[in-house]
Amino acid sequence: MSVHPTPSGWSEVSFEDRMALVDFRLSSRAHITVDGDACRGCTTKACVTACPANLFVPVSDGSIVFNYEQCFECGTCYLVCDESGAITWTYPDGGHGVVFHKS
Amino acid sequence: MSKPDRPQGAPAGTKRIPTPTEPDVDVIVVGAGPAGAAAALVLARAGRSVYLLERGPFPGSKNMYGGVIYGRILDTLIPRWWEEAPVQRWVTRRATMVMTPTQALTIDYRTAAWGEAPYNGATAFRPDFDAWLADHAVAAGATLVPSTTAVGLLRGDRGQIVGVQTDRPDGDLTARLVIACDGVNSFLAKEAGLYHHPEAEHFTLGAKEVLALPRDEIEKRFGLRGLEGADFEIIGCTPGIAGGGFIYTNLESVAVGVVLSLEDLKRSGKRPEELIAGLKAHPAVAPLVEGAELTEYSAHLIPEAGLHMMPELYGPGMLVAGDAGAFCLAAGIWLEGVNFAIGSGKVAGEVAVQALRAGDTSATFLGRYQDALTDTFALADHIKLQGAPALVMSDNVQRRYPELVCSLVESLFTVTNPTPKKGALRLAREAAKGSGVRLRDLARDGWAALRSYG
Ligand SMILES: Cc1cc2nc3c(=O)[nH]c(=O)nc-3n(C[C@H](O)[C@H](O)[C@H](O)COP(=O)(O)OP(=O)(O)OC[C@H]3O[C@@H](n4cnc5c(N)ncnc54)[C@H](O)[C@@H]3O)c2cc1C
Ligand code: SF4
Ligand code: SF4
Repeated sequence: MSVHPTPSGWSEVSFEDRMALVDFRLSSRAHITVDGDACRGCTTKACVTACPANLFVPVSDGSIVFNYEQCFECGTCYLVCDESGAITWTYPDGGHGVVFHKS
Repeated sequence: MSKPDRPQGAPAGTKRIPTPTEPDVDVIVVGAGPAGAAAALVLARAGRSVYLLERGPFPGSKNMYGGVIYGRILDTLIPRWWEEAPVQRWVTRRATMVMTPTQALTIDYRTAAWGEAPYNGATAFRPDFDAWLADHAVAAGATLVPSTTAVGLLRGDRGQIVGVQTDRPDGDLTARLVIACDGVNSFLAKEAGLYHHPEAEHFTLGAKEVLALPRDEIEKRFGLRGLEGADFEIIGCTPGIAGGGFIYTNLESVAVGVVLSLEDLKRSGKRPEELIAGLKAHPAVAPLVEGAELTEYSAHLIPEAGLHMMPELYGPGMLVAGDAGAFCLAAGIWLEGVNFAIGSGKVAGEVAVQALRAGDTSATFLGRYQDALTDTFALADHIKLQGAPALVMSDNVQRRYPELVCSLVESLFTVTNPTPKKGALRLAREAAKGSGVRLRDLARDGWAALRSYG
């Protein structure tokens, strides 16, 4: 028997629940948009796994469906993306977007 | 052939206006993080009018870090800050952990000295800390303008920067000088043409979980009393990705996170929260965080490459401080950015005061910013430690050396009788061989480490 039981007493929360704990002040303007057509030729699809908020969803025709609402505004996506013009990235309007409390 | 243009964050760009004779304010500081608050504080104390712009609803609302704040630079701005700053715990235990998937070697240092004024480091929540520091700037006379995003620059007749465009209706604001303290993505410094090639390889992504635990449980698990706190920096916990991990104790929560090279993350196909889960499940970490309840998940970029990624730090009518100027020191055993932000923001404020007094905000005059920075830790440490980021992120330091030291220590402490003990040198040679370390590389990296850290 192993002396290291697999960590017990807690189970990973679902990704949805994880994001539901974060305070997002929703703006009507999408501060980031993704041109799904530009993504069709992309072989890395790096945004899909790198985005900490998991907002890039690949669809069967090779493009990407993106929802800006639960975004940390970190900048990872535009830095890992090699496809010119695929991501248009701005900050949300003042006062909107993510608000951290215990960070 | 040059690389295709990256999709960049797109501010509104630059607008040309006639140079205002009576600008709205002496200085606009963009970003109310520690860099901006420090700059605004210095300027307001010198009697200058300052707008401190912040895109979040309050200072700190957008800011995330590990984290520990190192207070020595604060002494110079707010004497006896420890009597009033919103601190979670005072770090008296500092551990550096080197791990493989199943092993961990920890250098665990404790000192009573760090638990007394003037203290070495404190854990704190950034929404509390940044708001507190910005309050000091406001008390000194700065005007905080929250919920306002600077979306572009204003340039005057001769091309000098004379203000910013904001997302408010009629949102143009003019000033004699703009200080960009807008953080790691600094679209203002990019817009001003001060950044040459921001590349993914210069950045790491930090992702963290704040896990609630009762206060006495934290004290028990981490061996702490009262307001004592612990700080764990970890190497070898991000398999396949250069980076590291951390654990910090707050009063009633534990922060656990990973720092990940963007280039490696991109290639690895691993997700940030999976890597945190891996760290939490490690046999050396699980007992510390087991059963704790997730209360907030957050992510933020770190300018990792130090001196090698620094933009030009000044231009006509503009200074750059804090993460916007890549002042964050990310060098493995050290992850310090708040103190560097305060340090560079303070110097930016001082040079701005001189420029306003001289009535000269040209790039030529502002060049003294760079010299003044070199005289302080804010730039001097980066010049000294310029080799450290690459060394820390190398495959040897990330994977082979952790394997080497762990297997060496394991073989030293594994009792093999009745087989007689092997000599330490022989064990070291075997461990080096097992982890694929060439002694030549070890010597070279040791020399590089001495040159960087020595
Ligand atoms: C995971 C992680 C762990 C870290 N750990 C530590 C640690 O333990 N100790 C430590 O000292 N440092 C740590 N750091 C580094 C530290 O957080 C940064 O170096 C520091 O926050 C930089 O301060 P700053 O004022 O330059 O930038 P920021 O704190 O990023 O502040 C920039 C401000 O500008 C605002 N802003 C940006 N753009 C605009 C705009 N266009 N208009 C208006 N406002 C704008 C933002 O909302 C923000 O408030 C860590 C960082 C990360 C990501
Ligand atoms: S956003 Fe960029 S990285 Fe993501 S799929 Fe589209 S082109 Fe590829
Ligand atoms: S900015 Fe960060 S959180 Fe937002 S979509 Fe891009 S990678 Fe995801």
